[in-house]
Amino acid sequence: MDGNTHLLEASADAGESPEQAAFRARCRAWLATNIPAKPAFALPLGPIEISSAQQLEHLRAWQRAAYEAGLVGCDYPEAYGGGGRRSCQRVANEELQAAGAPFFPNIVGLGMAGPTIFHHGTEAQKRRYLPPLLSAAEIWCQGFSEPGAGSDLAGVQTFARRDGARWIISGHKVWTSLAQFADWMILLCRTSREHKYAGLSYFIIPIASAIGRGVTVRPLIKMTGGTGFNEVLIDELVVDDDMRLGEVGQGWAVAMTTLLHERGAGTLATPSAGGGIGGDEEDALGASGLPALARASVRAGRPAADDPVMRDKIVQLLIRERALQQTRRRAQHPALCDHPQRLPLQHKLLISELLQDAARVACELGGMASTLHRADPNAPAGGRWPLAYMNSYGFTIAAGTSEVQRNILGERVLGLAKSK
Amino acid sequence: MNSPDDFGFEDDAALLKRTARRLLETRASTDALHRLVAGRVDATRECLWDQALWAELVALGWTAIAVPESADGFGMGLPAICGLIEEVGRAALPSPLVATLCATYVLRACDSPAAEALLRRVAEGAAVSLAGTDARGSWEHEDTDVTATSSGGAGSNGQVTLDGVACYVQDAQKAEVFLVKARAPAGVGLYVVDARAPGVTVHPDAILDLTRDQARVELRGVTLPADASVAAAPPDGPRALRAAEPAMLAILAADMVGAAEWQLQTTAEYARTRVQFDRPLGFFQAVKHPLVDMMMKIDEARSLVYDAACSFEHEPAHAELRARMAKSSASDAAAYCSSRSVQLHGGIGFTWECFVHLYFKRQKHNEVLLGDGAYQRAKLADALIGPIGGTRACA
Ligand SMILES: Cc1cc2nc3c(=O)[nH]c(=O)nc-3n(C[C@H](O)[C@H](O)[C@H](O)COP(=O)(O)OP(=O)(O)OC[C@H]3O[C@@H](n4cnc5c(N)ncnc54)[C@H](O)[C@@H]3O)c2cc1C
Repeated sequence: MDGNTHLLEASADAGESPEQAAFRARCRAWLATNIPAKPAFALPLGPIEISSAQQLEHLRAWQRAAYEAGLVGCDYPEAYGGGGRRSCQRVANEELQAAGAPFFPNIVGLGMAGPTIFHHGTEAQKRRYLPPLLSAAEIWCQGFSEPGAGSDLAGVQTFARRDGARWIISGHKVWTSLAQFADWMILLCRTSREHKYAGLSYFIIPIASAIGRGVTVRPLIKMTGGTGFNEVLIDELVVDDDMRLGEVGQGWAVAMTTLLHERGAGTLATPSAGGGIGGDEEDALGASGLPALARASVRAGRPAADDPVMRDKIVQLLIRERALQQTRRRAQHPALCDHPQRLPLQHKLLISELLQDAARVACELGGMASTLHRADPNAPAGGRWPLAYMNSYGFTIAAGTSEVQRNILGERVLGLAKSK
Repeated sequence: MNSPDDFGFEDDAALLKRTARRLLETRASTDALHRLVAGRVDATRECLWDQALWAELVALGWTAIAVPESADGFGMGLPAICGLIEEVGRAALPSPLVATLCATYVLRACDSPAAEALLRRVAEGAAVSLAGTDARGSWEHEDTDVTATSSGGAGSNGQVTLDGVACYVQDAQKAEVFLVKARAPAGVGLYVVDARAPGVTVHPDAILDLTRDQARVELRGVTLPADASVAAAPPDGPRALRAAEPAMLAILAADMVGAAEWQLQTTAEYARTRVQFDRPLGFFQAVKHPLVDMMMKIDEARSLVYDAACSFEHEPAHAELRARMAKSSASDAAAYCSSRSVQLHGGIGFTWECFVHLYFKRQKHNEVLLGDGAYQRAKLADALIGPIGGTRACA
């Protein structure tokens, strides 16, 4: 894995190199004039909320433009369509965020499939799949969860049967975000029923091109009423052996690379979907908008900003938000960290629980008006907060539930006995 | 903007912290602490500490670290000092170090020969404690029950007389010098008073925390030469206190973070080894998850401590807000970790013999010093949301 070493350094290197400084200036200059104007239609709150082809094409064009300007895949080798830089994706992500740029739609590709292919793929796989992944020419989805296997992911039953140089795959995946738009899926399945973990293998399978010949995608409606995730039925889908990622029986190890990056703790975490939240307004989520919201909100006939209990709740959230940034900063400095995984493994929990609690408090600030759905013209802030609050449960459930994250932290960092 | 990525926590700071950890682990183990301070259950007014160890720490320069080089100190940055204090908290060390460092930052914010002279004494090992809290326990800088009266004319040959009582004085029995907050006709000033000066009486409080002492310091006609005792002439006292406040809050928060880390590690160790229902306790998620929450609260507070310390050195305009955030977070982390450390030890955790109560009590004490979490957040709300009633005024 020699080609990987500079990527591994990405998260450890905190000081700004001349390359990074020059690159930062380039990003800033480009972003100053190239962020797309808001379209006439509403944009989704996040990539897994994309619900129409119109939204997707708008965001796809944005990712392609940013890719062509060198802001996506900065640290991947040029041979795989990357920028061939060192530790620059972090810089690009910071600048994208600071500029309030929209998010990139190919989140599963950038955040999960890309790093997994980079670490485990063959040379041919890397050359084939990474360039269109980075440019969003091809959209990816993740086929891990099944009706019977969620937190206990290694219980997946989707089965790949070997047939000469090919595999024949059947099974049932659920909660598959973006499958309705996806060209490819990263798939965790079983190649042997004898061993729970050692019976797993990892594949890339086609989605869009296989609809009607082995793949069916059915939308699932979320509690918000929106679409976003799907169930994917796989029935005798035939794929060549060169679609396998990693060795037969090594699927669990490959999946761990995916999960590490999905949860923000992977070494390749930086070349993921950077960028602002991209909704209609700045600070659409998170705590920093709460003081202004409190000043603008009326609760029980009085300014919400005058309610001491609300004030305390808002400040608690602002403290957590500041701490989140500072923990990220501290994680770069081993002298201020006791255990190398202690802070990175908290990342997903901290963000998802902060967003959830901030959205809940934002609703509280609205008092009676927080009962109004976004379809009601009188809903405060366009009804974004109740929607954000419901959506926040997606973050605390997906990518390893908060409970599972706490198990992992307790076991890996505190050395407590495994809860199984 | 020029705030360093590494919080200004550099190699010398890391070395100081490591050295302190090793030294305190051998010289001030929890075992030894328990023998020292918990030998009797009725010692609530006593001042039990290891003076020989203190002399060594002074010889190592621990009181000099925050004193500027111009007054013969080491002039280290606040991040390094917070690193050291984390270790002091982790050891729950009974010592006047925290009180002295807090006073040091106040003296640094004063600009007077008396303050300069006291800084030099601190560098040589004098323990100093702030004495100014009123009988109501106010956390506001303007409040004090001590009065200062000048006589013999203003200027260098004048005299000042202090009268009144300063409450809740930290480590008063260990301090050689008090930095007294007193009200004069011109406003509030700060005065250097020797603990043994005629007219000074220290009345120890009976307190819960066994790892420190606290007292009411009574001043009756304490008459001092003005040039040697006026550290901050009235009305400059509150300004100096405010300038030092971010550093004091960060130091207290660092002590709590260090103590909370001890609570976490000790309780996690118990959960790894104690077996019930044929499993180590940590197998059970009702034990595992609170331990993880302890860790996350500690990490939140710890990140904010270094944020505050770094701001104090590099972005002073933001230092107060960030230090209040750190103190709020650390006070809440301390409360949570204290609660869980006792609960998750079961019956043994409820005994005098188990060490966790020593930290529980030290944390409870630190939680309220200079303002608890709710107080800090009320101050933060005024700054970040606007004063109560402000919205109506605009509307
Ligand atoms: C918005 C959203 C998008 C998603 N996108 C995708 C996707 O694109 N691809 C994909 O593969 N999956 C996706 N998922 C699925 C997600 O990964 C699973 O929902 C998640 O792993 C939980 O599995 P489960 O739903 O089967 O719940 P379960 O595992 O049945 O859990 C139910 C409850 O029990 C708790 N629990 C379970 N096990 C334990 C334990 N050992 N200790 C303590 N508590 C436990 C859980 O925390 C949870 O509260 C998505 C989910 C959501 C909500």
